Amino acid sequence: MEHLQLPLFWLFSTIMLIGACAVIAFRNPISSALAMVTSFVGLAALFIGLSAFFVGVIQILVYSGAIMVLFLFIIMLLDLTDDKKRSSNAAPLFAGIALVGAFFIQLIGVLSNLPDKAAPEINAETLAASAEKFPKDSKISEALTSGSLPDVHLIGHTLFTDYNFPLQILGVLLLVATIGVVVLSKRQTN
Amino acid sequence: MASLNDYLLVSGLLFSIGLAGVVLRRNIIIVFMCLELMLSAANLTLVAFSRFNTVEGLPDYTGQMLVFFVITVAAAEVAVGLAIIVALYRARQTIHTDDLVTLKG
Repeated sequence: MEHLQLPLFWLFSTIMLIGACAVIAFRNPISSALAMVTSFVGLAALFIGLSAFFVGVIQILVYSGAIMVLFLFIIMLLDLTDDKKRSSNAAPLFAGIALVGAFFIQLIGVLSNLPDKAAPEINAETLAASAEKFPKDSKISEALTSGSLPDVHLIGHTLFTDYNFPLQILGVLLLVATIGVVVLSKRQTN
Repeated sequence: MASLNDYLLVSGLLFSIGLAGVVLRRNIIIVFMCLELMLSAANLTLVAFSRFNTVEGLPDYTGQMLVFFVITVAAAEVAVGLAIIVALYRARQTIHTDDLVTLKG
């Protein structure tokens, strides 16, 4: 499995980047939305390659599932047909490419000066060693000593201990967003 | 396994593609999608740092917590943003950013 990691990283990065390019290249918004789903699936695979299983799964569920379906609904609801006959101006095209080119050159400059770092090993030994700080008979400790990474348990543990207050604020935010959407999309009557 | 700089390069590329989309495209829905791409690029950076900086043998879950919060806020933001786009379309019958010039002096 170890020797497959590098080719898989480049494979999924390529899928992700090609999908992202397709989002801005397609003229039809529905094609763009589907290209975006491809891009997000590649991104979720990269997350899983970084052993962030929970984040990878919610990336697919929330982004590719919920958010993109919402986008597709809105695109079909609005019936956009006039996108094709518009000619694009040269000035914004040039400005956009120049801006992105400058950003990319800067990125290369920063990355070439940065000391590179290889991933620290996470294997059965290091996992078993890290089981000590958790209570002996807990699920997390059992999974760690058996040599697997209990990603969801650890995220849940962190979420409900260190990040309990932000989590509750997040609940309020979602409630406010729901109410806001209902108010915004209500048809205005005079 | 790929090194940290590989992940940073890929996420920087994704961010610049999203930025290019925001600047180049005139359809406000596509602009909105490209904003999501830029958020995802930041998420990839966070998860990469979380994996490459282990705390006592485990990935640093602080970074993944931030990703969780970013994804949740992005979901709320998309819902509100799309509702605004629908309201805009009802008022103006267009979602082309070139046609929205009310604030132009």
